[in-house]
Amino acid sequence: MTERFDIAIVGAGPAGMAASLEAKMHGLSAVVLDEQPRPGGQIYRRADARDARLEAALGAEYAHGMALTEKFLAAGVAYRPNTTLWDLSPELRLSILRDGRAGEIDASHVVLATGAMERPVPVRGWTLPGVMSVGAAQILLKTTGAVPDKPPVLAGSGPLLYLLAAQYLAAGVPVRALVETQPRANYWDAAPHLLSALWQRKLLLKGAAMLRALRAHGVKRWQGASNLAVEGNEACTALTFDAGGTRERIETELVLLHEGVIPNVHVTMAINCAHDWDATQLCWRPRLDAWGATSVEGVSVAGDGGGIWGAEAAEHTGRIASLGAAERLGKISADARDRAAASSRASLGRLRGARRFLDLLYKPAKGQRQPPDDVIVCRCEEVTAGTLRQVARIGAIGLTQAKTYTRCGMGPCQGRMCGPTVAALVADTRKMPEASVPPYRPRAPYKPVTIGALAASVGTETPTDASIGAH
Amino acid sequence: MFRRLPSADGGAPSLRVTVDGVPVALRPGETVAAALFLAGHKAGRTTPVTGSPRGPYCMMGVCFDCLVEIDGEGNRQACMVEAREGMVVMRQMGARALDDKKASSC
Repeated sequence: MTERFDIAIVGAGPAGMAASLEAKMHGLSAVVLDEQPRPGGQIYRRADARDARLEAALGAEYAHGMALTEKFLAAGVAYRPNTTLWDLSPELRLSILRDGRAGEIDASHVVLATGAMERPVPVRGWTLPGVMSVGAAQILLKTTGAVPDKPPVLAGSGPLLYLLAAQYLAAGVPVRALVETQPRANYWDAAPHLLSALWQRKLLLKGAAMLRALRAHGVKRWQGASNLAVEGNEACTALTFDAGGTRERIETELVLLHEGVIPNVHVTMAINCAHDWDATQLCWRPRLDAWGATSVEGVSVAGDGGGIWGAEAAEHTGRIASLGAAERLGKISADARDRAAASSRASLGRLRGARRFLDLLYKPAKGQRQPPDDVIVCRCEEVTAGTLRQVARIGAIGLTQAKTYTRCGMGPCQGRMCGPTVAALVADTRKMPEASVPPYRPRAPYKPVTIGALAASVGTETPTDASIGAH
Repeated sequence: MFRRLPSADGGAPSLRVTVDGVPVALRPGETVAAALFLAGHKAGRTTPVTGSPRGPYCMMGVCFDCLVEIDGEGNRQACMVEAREGMVVMRQMGARALDDKKASSC
């Protein structure tokens, strides 16, 4: 059975939740699809559980997420958790997968609020058990209240590194060390933008408080670290790196890596939206107009999927995308739309000013994105950086060619974990700007779908457990 | 690798799942990937290509390194599936098994 809605919103994070509330206010019938079992996205993961102990450790922003999530759940918007989008057609038919069954939704407008993912950090040994992303460890904290049983090492660059460390310390969990990889030159690049960041005093004060907490607990911080490598055969046993002219080695069972977050552009790439290379955030983002509309008619993007501006900005872009859709579908006038969007636009201007400072300060070092030859880049097909440099030298001018030569990007993650690194390696080897390296062109299904799920949707007598199509 | 913080309400986890036959207690809303870690496993699978051990890396459905067998079905993303009472989780060694009997019946 195909359902029909004025607006289909993909993702129930801050952007998707705000978009749905705004759409409802203007008389649009809205449905929110989300891959996760609970609303909140990754930033407010499990905010629906209202665990007081976690609330204290996770801080005021998470408490805001709890309130937003509560409002969303009470608003009576059609909400479909555990629902994966696996195809979006030019006619705006959404093919979905829910509880092992395929289904379809038709919409007059689609808002993609699929958020961000952490930038892959391909250092030597990053595939070993005992190495995870900082965001992954934070998700374990939010969803399960699980914390490292031995002090972890947090390595890389970006505010999330300090945030998780501060959250662990607030929960009474010791942290072994922070190994920071942002180049010292970043400070000079970021300094001219400090003034605009000062408008966001709250943000800077929060940063200062996190650094104070690290000092108070005597957590060792290494700065300007490079050439990171995780040691271990079956699992992580230590992290080694260069810092201050010497090779350092810290024994640990858990290394948490982070080099910032990038927009999740899998769907916008698949439906052929125009994208631009962001040379500061070092990522692709869909080209959007003032209302979040992409180059594909009827499809908008809200939140970090359109560029990394953070959770607070995501609520504003969600609201703006729905206002744009309401005007496009004739529910409100252009005047009413513009008036309703004014306050969100003002807030966005402020938030984006501060972001530029952070982006420049924590811009990843070249070595963190372009590993030595022996390091695995494509985790699924286990293709090394050396192999990728070799195929770039003999003629792979983009990711599609690299994929044909080496199978990189052909595993179940569909290139999500290797794409950014393969592009950086091809660009560097062929001496071309990263913006001119054609990215992967993802195809439907966006996530693996079983034959059984498709069969179940058409109601035939085919056994639904004949699932031979996953990988 | 991970342990639980004592919870605010003091309630004990009520769901029972097994990981490689060993019981693990979870709360509603917690994932199979959490069950793996709380059962003391760092790795949930070995890769089909070289047989190397892997554990959950991203915890949000992107990396597919947490693939395990859940209730007999292989290649499930442990980080995306909430635990249910009685769930049988097996770590997945190499490529997932194809069930010949089921596959040939269609």
